[in-house]
Amino acid sequence: MTDHMRVLLTKLQSRYCKKCLFAQIYQNAAPNSSLYKKPFSESFEETPLLVAVLTYMGYGILTIFGYFRDFLRHWNIEKCHIAHEREQQKDFVPLYQDFENFYTRNLYMRIRDNWNRPICSVPGAKVDLVERVTHNYNWTFEHTGKVVKDVINMGSYNYLGFAENAGACASAAIETTHAYGVGVASTRCEIGNLDIHEELEQLVARFLGVESSMAFGMGFATNSMNIPALTGKGCLILSDELNHASLVLGARLSGSTIRVFKHNNMQSLEKLLRDAIAHGQPRTHRPWKKILIVVEGIYSMEGSIVRLPEVIALKKRYKAYLYLDEAHSIGALGPNGRGVVDYFGLDPKDVDIMMGTFTKSFGAAGGYIGGRKELIDYLRCHSHSALYATSMSPPVAQQIISSMKIIMGEDGSTLGMHRLRQLSENTTYFRRKLREMGFIIYGNDDSPVVPLMLYMPAKIGAFGREMLKRNIGTVVVGFPATPIIESRARFCVSAAHTREMLDTVSLVNLQTPSSDPLHDGRVMGVRRSRRSVSQLIFYLTDSFMCLHLCV
Amino acid sequence: MAAGQQWVLVEMVQAFYEAPAYHLILEGILILWIVRLLFFSKTYKPHETYKLTEKEKEDLIEEWQPEPLVPPVSKDHPSLNYDVVTGPPSHKIIINGKECTNFASFNFLGLLDSDRVKDKALASLKKYGVGTCGPRGFYGTFDVHLELESRLAKFMRTEEAIIYSYGFATIASAIPAYSKRGDIIFVDEAACFSIQKGLQASRSFIKYFKHNDMEDLERLLKEQELEDQKNPRKARVTRKFIVVEGLYINTADVCPLPELVRLKYKYKVRIFLEESMSFGVLGEHGKGVTEHFGVNIDDIDLISANMENAVASIGGFCCGRSFVIDHQRLSGQGYCFSASLPPMLAAAAIEALSIMEEDPEIFSVLKRRCSQVHQALQGIPGLKLVGVPFSPALHLQLERSSGCRSSDLQLLRSIVDHCLDRHVALTVARYLEKEERFVPPPSIRVVVTVEQTDEDIQKAVSCIREAASIFLR
Repeated sequence: MTDHMRVLLTKLQSRYCKKCLFAQIYQNAAPNSSLYKKPFSESFEETPLLVAVLTYMGYGILTIFGYFRDFLRHWNIEKCHIAHEREQQKDFVPLYQDFENFYTRNLYMRIRDNWNRPICSVPGAKVDLVERVTHNYNWTFEHTGKVVKDVINMGSYNYLGFAENAGACASAAIETTHAYGVGVASTRCEIGNLDIHEELEQLVARFLGVESSMAFGMGFATNSMNIPALTGKGCLILSDELNHASLVLGARLSGSTIRVFKHNNMQSLEKLLRDAIAHGQPRTHRPWKKILIVVEGIYSMEGSIVRLPEVIALKKRYKAYLYLDEAHSIGALGPNGRGVVDYFGLDPKDVDIMMGTFTKSFGAAGGYIGGRKELIDYLRCHSHSALYATSMSPPVAQQIISSMKIIMGEDGSTLGMHRLRQLSENTTYFRRKLREMGFIIYGNDDSPVVPLMLYMPAKIGAFGREMLKRNIGTVVVGFPATPIIESRARFCVSAAHTREMLDTVSLVNLQTPSSDPLHDGRVMGVRRSRRSVSQLIFYLTDSFMCLHLCV
Repeated sequence: MAAGQQWVLVEMVQAFYEAPAYHLILEGILILWIVRLLFFSKTYKPHETYKLTEKEKEDLIEEWQPEPLVPPVSKDHPSLNYDVVTGPPSHKIIINGKECTNFASFNFLGLLDSDRVKDKALASLKKYGVGTCGPRGFYGTFDVHLELESRLAKFMRTEEAIIYSYGFATIASAIPAYSKRGDIIFVDEAACFSIQKGLQASRSFIKYFKHNDMEDLERLLKEQELEDQKNPRKARVTRKFIVVEGLYINTADVCPLPELVRLKYKYKVRIFLEESMSFGVLGEHGKGVTEHFGVNIDDIDLISANMENAVASIGGFCCGRSFVIDHQRLSGQGYCFSASLPPMLAAAAIEALSIMEEDPEIFSVLKRRCSQVHQALQGIPGLKLVGVPFSPALHLQLERSSGCRSSDLQLLRSIVDHCLDRHVALTVARYLEKEERFVPPPSIRVVVTVEQTDEDIQKAVSCIREAASIFLR
């Protein structure tokens, strides 16, 4: 009988093993593993069917309620807080169509208190929030005058912890403010090109390992103003499905043809490239003037890292140009913090246009583009930003210079290396901890952006509020920033977070409202990973087998 | 059972005989049509009209040569070598190593040098650090931002204001938030580049009217009205906007605002007013062109301005009624998807606003200086002054153009270099010739600030006169 049971349990284990690990958890193993110097592991666990059904049902119920409430508001049964058009302009064409704002009025308004939370301190590892209350279900907010102190900040993009108001960077910025003032009041082309901008650009070029670079005052505008300068009609832009709004806007403003490939999917990209070159421009079949592949380093909603070695191999094979947007990955990836190129150990000269922002890892504001000297000279003459937009503020430029020097180690200390190491340790630890606890986490194992799946619309609001009650500030995102059934909470790990803070955050995800730490329950039932079930089965079957062995 | 079925069949056959002829013919035609659609229609797939073999594809891929990523730029392109400013861009500016009087930065109220503004910015830096590390929606909203928004709304006497972190992005994000594909926008020809980018992003129908020509605008509006009468259902959902600037940056003149408001109510179009050059300049208290003309601010649907000229900070804002402005908090691209303004720059803007509120005399001083400079620059042989007497940013254009834009630009550049050698800082106004819809003629930009003294103005004018007599004969 013992043998019979043992065989049965082994069969059960292996069947679950196959089902759980290989069918339901899709692991992105790199097909061309020879191009990668270290293992590339990303996972996007499939949405469980029950959860998907319940999520759709949830949205359905909300929509029905929304129509009902609109009906009540229309017949003045319910008080209407929405702002109205002026009396004198009532016969103008309405500024907004009713259906455009349906989502805003009926779904977003209910959980609006999770966003736009005002803060009143440095956005570091711990932050002070301004307390606000609403007496009419989020239509208007009032500040109580109190401050919620020491909220653990898992929402700000503070990867290397340079958001600080004391230290070398802050002192340098103070000196620069005394020397230069705050504003510039002119464009780069006319009389707004300060010596500090030139110093910044040379430093950025050295940091990235490229010939030359140019800095701009806003990261969003860097994309939306420079892509039109580089491509035009007759060019093709191949852009990833999940690219940021600034890249999409820049591509649209350029007037080129845009084709979208599936997220991080190299087969889809290759197919598009082959078809594009073989067939030429649509209808006329003239050859394309140039082909530009636009990808990001880390995708901030998925936490995935671009498969850069394969993209570069494709780009070289098909003679396309590569535009890499390292908004989140510069400073956060790689042993020396030089971004995704450094992470994969590739040559920066292979990437034609390296773009990035200074907002995330450097604690400042603005963006840059780096590349060959001809490219940057061309942008100096033809970029919309250089000719029409005010240049970067001097203290902001100084903050970037000081933080970049710290990361490079040029300030003489090891603070930069220490922070880089701390960030990668924190990332690994936090991701492993959450995964072990059974949450569904998207993205690459090395990316400091950690999306935790919530799926159901009600949980978006509940998660944000419950975390705030326990003094943790998180970011929750739903439709339309993500697909409708894939709402998520996003944690941004920082080098400034300590182990204790990360432990607190991950444990809080499990606490019951009765705050009984021994009762390992679930706050809202967000632990859904099948891997936890399979591990449970393993554990159970193993323990059964052990018991039987003992018997 | 079988009997029952047979009975039903008999009934069917009877019905068939009793049915009217047209019915049968119609049914027959329908059945034949379905059969045709299912089996005999040509499937049209454009890509499969010819299929390339793999070898042909490989050959095409081998043969294809792209253009270089960027075309080469000639070494003496006018925009390639920037003038380098060492130190602060204040009234006395050190440009290319020479100390000059600044007639080129948009520092209208002289607030770039203000110690009060610097102190407030430093206090904010010591409290918040430099960057905000996030967009407004995700812990990037500071109490300073909220304070600046309420101060701006109070200053302009509107219900609400919204701030952006980049001046260019303000109007370029505001227009596409309201105007979508299918809507109609009437724009002045001299609109600045950021408005043009906003229009392009909105994908609406754009109709240009001649600069400051209200009759041309009325003609376009009348034409549109006739179109609307032909198709009233479409007209009920097509939004219409007029976009104008208060003080035009390209032509230094002012828009006829009362006339525009009259047209607004007559033809039911909304007005978006771009006040980058006129905010903090026109009007008794610096509230812009609405105060200058005495127009009720609620008549203008949206006022957009950047804080980089008179306010001497960085960024921009839009103000208006809550009904209009609140929409941008979710659909303004430059607001939602971009990091917020660094708090020290917001604090600097708040202090600049306080200075503007405390000392309204500064605006009449500026107005006096503007008319002084305008007077002095009249009658320079070879150059004509473009702009109204109360505009602080004037243009000096060539009286007789040589016909070639690049040689005109070179002439103007040599005048500017001559003045730089004599310690007067001027600049040639720069445009992207290929991208602009209506490129303004080449000109030198002359900016008036409150910090300039009578001697500075006289010296500048004599330098320009001298240079004009040397280079333009």
